[in-house]
Amino acid sequence: MCLAVPGKVVSLEGNGTGKVDYLGTTVLANLSLLPEVKVGDWVIVHAGFAISRLDRKEARRTLKLFKELEKLSPAE
Amino acid sequence: MAPRKSSRELFSNWRSGSTIRNLLQAISRETSTLNRTLRIMEVCGTHTMTLHRSGLKPLLREAKVVMVSGPGCPVCITPDCFHEAIIDLVTSRKNILVATFGDMTRVPTARGSLQTTVPLPGSEIRIVYSPEEALELARKNPEKEVIFFGAGFETTIPAIAFTVKRAAAENLKNFSLLAALWLIPPALEAILQSGEVAIDGFIYPGHVSVIIGTRAYRFVAEKFKTPGAIAGFEPADVLLGILSVARQVREGRPEVANQYRRVVQAEGNPRALALMDEMLEPYEADWRGLGRIKNSGLRLKPRWQELDAVRKFNLRIQPGKPLKLGCRCGEVLKGLVEPVDCPLFGRSCDPDHPRGPCMVSYEGACLIAYKYSSGARNK
Ligand code: SF4
Repeated sequence: MCLAVPGKVVSLEGNGTGKVDYLGTTVLANLSLLPEVKVGDWVIVHAGFAISRLDRKEARRTLKLFKELEKLSPAE
Repeated sequence: MAPRKSSRELFSNWRSGSTIRNLLQAISRETSTLNRTLRIMEVCGTHTMTLHRSGLKPLLREAKVVMVSGPGCPVCITPDCFHEAIIDLVTSRKNILVATFGDMTRVPTARGSLQTTVPLPGSEIRIVYSPEEALELARKNPEKEVIFFGAGFETTIPAIAFTVKRAAAENLKNFSLLAALWLIPPALEAILQSGEVAIDGFIYPGHVSVIIGTRAYRFVAEKFKTPGAIAGFEPADVLLGILSVARQVREGRPEVANQYRRVVQAEGNPRALALMDEMLEPYEADWRGLGRIKNSGLRLKPRWQELDAVRKFNLRIQPGKPLKLGCRCGEVLKGLVEPVDCPLFGRSCDPDHPRGPCMVSYEGACLIAYKYSSGARNK
């Protein structure tokens, strides 16, 4: 039920809605819960509503952490 | 090509084999100094799915971590009486259109399921994907009473609140909500308070946390001295959460860690929280398995009562004893038993003939265990 899929906002359609692209499939989503959302943002959509914006800076920070773990782990 | 790169970065790295191996090793390093096996509850059914689908459970056992499923499936914890009230309504009144999420229609009760019930002429049950679709049904069918039977946690509640508010704004007199809305933090408190299941920490549901943020779990660390981490849904996300919990246990410093920072803000989603607050009020709700929990359910505030299906149709939502002989869903939801401990699992209960909601919902622990275990392969 709480499954929510990330997609990319490709257009704003007025009335608080926008088109969101899920790697090829475009769906109309309600953007009213994310007032600052812009075209090009990645958002998490659940039950037809975008509920969060993906923060790419934070994503990169986690990826860096994965790299650091690499150094800690003894090579096999 | 830029979008391609960003999407790869946003998804695939969280599934890479070497990352998973490194995370498992890091978890082993934490648990080896503890000299015991950690028991961590993944609250959310979608996490249960990640753990099974990616084959992480046995690997985690080797790293001395046992994962216990929690109550994080709204279809599973909604008591039968909600379904029975709807079944009574559509079998006794004409021109009632009930719209609900797909999984809800298959939950077996003593009166059958929404799918098997035969409504009076003009009445029907429809599956929708979003609450807004239910609203659209109300606009298009002015001669019918449209009831949205909405079950959900904090992730879904703002969407439902928004829809009800819009119905009020449009003055749609034929739309109402049957709210089966549940709050995660009070359920965690009930689990901790009961002390029935020994756990070293929680993996908090990522998309519930999108709405409520980190503060809502603070009591777990402060009052119950229990570690916890918010995690996303890729395999590496879940392992990051587990690593954080293991570290908190080793250091003896319980906190609310946010390991899903690319999606979850510390303060949650303020717009969604404000909307919930405007439309809904907490009450002492009944959960399957967990029983009555103070302030754990939400219902419409009196100001919106014309849109409340319970008041509009005088529905009796009174949990009785569930009549499913042998079904152990209640204990599964509390983390007391595993699906395979249920004598019906894979025998008289399977996805085609579910005996309880935990075998119906795609977030249900029994269905997930069945799909990814030998239970399914043996068939
Ligand atoms: S296997 Fe079926 S009967 Fe047993 S607890 Fe799960 S849903 Fe209930």
